[in-house]
Amino acid sequence: MNLRRVGAYFPAFAKGYVRNPLGLFFALIFPVILILIFGAVFSNSGTSPVPLTVQNLDNNSPASVAFLQALNSTGAVSVSMAPPSAGNLSSYLSSHDLSAGLEIPAGFGADLVNHTPVRLLVFTNPSSGSEAGIVQGAVQGVANGENLHLAGGSALVTPVNLNVGSQVYSYIDYLVPGLIGFSVLVSPMFSMVNVSSTWKRDKLFRQLSLTPLTRAEWLTATILWYILLAFISTVLMLLIGRVLFGAHVTLTLLTLPFLVVGPILFVSIGLLAGTVSNTPESAAVLGNIITFPMMFLSGTFFPVSLFPSWLVPVAHVLPLYYVIDGLSNAMVFNNPSAVYPDLLVVLILAVIFFVVATRLFSWRER
Amino acid sequence: MTARRLASNELPGDEEYVTATIEVTKLVKLYGPLRAVDGVDCEVRAGEVFSFLGPNGAGKTTTVEILEGLRPRTSGEVRVLGLDPWTQIDKLRTRIGVIPQDFHFFPKLTPREAIQLYARLFAVKADPDELLAQVELLDKADEYYDTLSGGQHQKLGVALALVNDPELCFLDEPTTGLDPRARRSLWGVIRRLRREGRTVFLTTHYLDEAQQLSDRLAIINHGTIIATGSPGEIISRFGRPERLRIVGEPALADRLTAQGLTVTREPHGFEVELGSKADALRILDSVAASGLRWEGFSTESDTLEDVFIQMVGRLEDGSLPTAAPPETRA
Repeated sequence: MNLRRVGAYFPAFAKGYVRNPLGLFFALIFPVILILIFGAVFSNSGTSPVPLTVQNLDNNSPASVAFLQALNSTGAVSVSMAPPSAGNLSSYLSSHDLSAGLEIPAGFGADLVNHTPVRLLVFTNPSSGSEAGIVQGAVQGVANGENLHLAGGSALVTPVNLNVGSQVYSYIDYLVPGLIGFSVLVSPMFSMVNVSSTWKRDKLFRQLSLTPLTRAEWLTATILWYILLAFISTVLMLLIGRVLFGAHVTLTLLTLPFLVVGPILFVSIGLLAGTVSNTPESAAVLGNIITFPMMFLSGTFFPVSLFPSWLVPVAHVLPLYYVIDGLSNAMVFNNPSAVYPDLLVVLILAVIFFVVATRLFSWRER
Repeated sequence: MTARRLASNELPGDEEYVTATIEVTKLVKLYGPLRAVDGVDCEVRAGEVFSFLGPNGAGKTTTVEILEGLRPRTSGEVRVLGLDPWTQIDKLRTRIGVIPQDFHFFPKLTPREAIQLYARLFAVKADPDELLAQVELLDKADEYYDTLSGGQHQKLGVALALVNDPELCFLDEPTTGLDPRARRSLWGVIRRLRREGRTVFLTTHYLDEAQQLSDRLAIINHGTIIATGSPGEIISRFGRPERLRIVGEPALADRLTAQGLTVTREPHGFEVELGSKADALRILDSVAASGLRWEGFSTESDTLEDVFIQMVGRLEDGSLPTAAPPETRA
């Protein structure tokens, strides 16, 4: 192994890769598109407050304003105002495509002072059921508090809201390591299957064998390139995840081994698939058969914990599952003791596939 | 096989001491039951252009790939620059330049980058401009390989083969598939290699190419060498004698036949075989003296192609024994 030759060959491979838009698309741009799409689609679900349009017909009396502030501070709804002059709130809501509304009647403040029962009109759209429930619950809760206060009582039973785990994990927190894993899988797999089969057909390995570059040096330079891609992709996913979607992911030290061993594993699998195939066409088919199940069933887009129970064992035989699980444990849960078993599995698989692939892959003819 | 000496290619000193750049003895390569190379003996001398000729599937490429260290041999002795090309390829690689058959390169690299890559891999200094100018590819130095034509690809192949300044160049069918102009241009490059003192091992199935370029050549058929020598030697040994072609009345042909000459009738005249230069003068005298009408004459001699077609044809029908030693035959 001559590192000078590895260094000489590396830029040539990199140029060939970068100048082929398809390879770069799958390695870097495609995961970015995925995180933007999935992040945007799913970031609104979960804990964000439901918009609630309020028509205050009580001339912004202190009591009505206090009630709305209490409602807003629940965090369940975010209050915005409709002008009192807008007329019928129900038709205002439907004409503005809003799904939840609250009408505070005129004389609300005075009625409260006089202990006269008062009615709040809550408008919800039954077709968005969970939002309707949140709005109704929030208004009911604030109203109960008000009732208790006016009745001169104090709360005896108070629920305290806690989360499972130390922190709230949102979908984007699972998506970032999932898509880093996706990148670690897809960029070497698609291109190595192609490289090892078309280079064999076009006798490019024979051409390289006419120079002092050795097979091991070639493979080292190639793997280094995919490790570099994995790092770039990780930085991109982290930046987009954190800046655009507020993901709770950090680049911990234990993330790094996956970005090294992962590319070694998938370069080896790709090389193996291309080597055992007779034509680039059959190599592409074999490559897809290996790649696609892994792409969808390893927890890339959705955590495996959400899978139906019969599908979970399938995920557990896919090498990418251990990469993504390890990355999640390292980047999201910061749980080193859970990272090591994943890392061990990836490492063992990488060694096995590397040895088999390099045994079967030959430059010289027989 | 003891190669015949060639006056036009003598190197200084006693001809017995001519340096052999390649020595092949009883080379055999089997692919299962197929004897692709079946007892080849040949010798290539330093500084010559040596051509390996043969029909497709004759064993040319297998032989040359064994010499280049790309394939192992089944049996036989091979020395290239004194080294065993299979086991000592690491030492040999830096001293030879190779353009393999159907040369391909990385589609998204430019010729300049390709040469820079090779120079770094070989750890030599090479000037891309100079090398590309040598093969007339300088104007395409910065175009991607996949935008170049077939002839330009081959020229890049030659330039790459020269990056490490090799003593010995292998060119495996370098002109196959090229248009006539590109072929001529590549011939110029091969002649230049010879002028620079490099040994060139050329395989081709274009006989005009071999005749034009080679100092010596070997003809291989069915894995066996059937003739070795300079183009002139092979033509004179295996071809028909030189002929005088006369355009004139048929009566002239009768007259010459009566003089004991071998005459072949042609559509617009006839051909008379020549034993010597003097024969030609005697025949023309006789034609002039006859008083019969004749319009002109030319001399005809076999080209390498004529000889090759005849030899391979006679081999196929069994009328020509092969030149290979009997003990290496299957």
